[in-house]
Amino acid sequence: MSPRPSYLVIVPAYNEAGCVGDVVRSVRMNQPDFDLLVIDDGSTDGTAEVATAAGARVLRMPFNLGIGGAVQAGFVYALENNYDYMLQVDGDGQHLATEIPKLLRAMDENPSLDMVCGSRFLSAEHGYPAPISRRTGIHLFAFLLSRIIGHRVSDPTSGFRLYNRRGIALFARDYPHDYPEVEAVVMLHFHRLRMREVPVNMRPRGTGRSSIGSGKSFYYMVKVLLAIFIGLARRRPTPEPGDEAPVAAAHNI
Amino acid sequence: METRIQILAVVASGLLFLVVLELVRRRRLLERYALLWLLSAWVLLALAIWQGLLSDLAKAIGVIYPPNALFLIAFGFVLLLLLHFSLAVSRLTDQTKVLAQRLALLEERESRGVPEDRAEQEREEAIELVAHSPRSK
Repeated sequence: MSPRPSYLVIVPAYNEAGCVGDVVRSVRMNQPDFDLLVIDDGSTDGTAEVATAAGARVLRMPFNLGIGGAVQAGFVYALENNYDYMLQVDGDGQHLATEIPKLLRAMDENPSLDMVCGSRFLSAEHGYPAPISRRTGIHLFAFLLSRIIGHRVSDPTSGFRLYNRRGIALFARDYPHDYPEVEAVVMLHFHRLRMREVPVNMRPRGTGRSSIGSGKSFYYMVKVLLAIFIGLARRRPTPEPGDEAPVAAAHNI
Repeated sequence: METRIQILAVVASGLLFLVVLELVRRRRLLERYALLWLLSAWVLLALAIWQGLLSDLAKAIGVIYPPNALFLIAFGFVLLLLLHFSLAVSRLTDQTKVLAQRLALLEERESRGVPEDRAEQEREEAIELVAHSPRSK
């Protein structure tokens, strides 16, 4: 193992050609030592080309898998290429590369943490503008998760996250499908991994569209609630090595 | 039971049974998915032919008109089959996701020109890592 820890930054992007170039350049400028992987989730607008031109490696999904599947590919990549840490920075320009050191510092200060999450609601001058439909969902999840895991979670939908090897290994094995950040917090808790939030500033979205439009917010809210409560009822949230595969040809009525 | 509806029920479930068998014979339907179909066709056929059984069953579950019991049972099988397909679709969705991820990872590796033996070594390391990943209690 190398004496200096290796970092992988993943940038999931779906039709973010207008933004992803700036994100890549700004991460490279702020953290030149980090490897950068853009995960193009089946974009149709040349996101992959823009990212390649900006100097990133690109993982091209053959079709749109949804954010969960795309990010999980990043975890698998980090695992297989033996990275010590993986950092997720969204491709829409919401997460600022200049805020990355805050996450790194939190992880350095407390090596028992498996995930550090940037929260836009902990910072003093947040005033983060989000549509009311989304804010309602975020606060509802924040409330529920805080109850379930027993300490405060203020921004459970934030994808601005830093994971260590244990976090990478867990999520490479199993990562939720839709709106995965919320469920991921529950999964961490059940696997006795530790997380902490740090205050960061975020920018409102640039070009492109969020994967969650306001009309769909409610649908996703219900879906994630279902996922959380069913997750609670699972004896073991994810299959362990040697267990039966979660989906095998033999499984049927 | 009225003769007309009995004939209809026998013909319909018999036909269903034959169609499913024929589809399996032509390899258009996997045995795995045919079993539930065959079972439903069998049960419906048996109930349609064996009148006494159907009226006893109807009486037992409080259905006054026996053919209604037949439809109730048929409906139950339809629900079961639909659930069966939802399971199959979920499984396929998951398998497709994993395949897409593997394909993307392979293409990226190939575009970097990572030699085969190193790729193999990376894979082994990854498997090793998974085996030692955190376990829940």
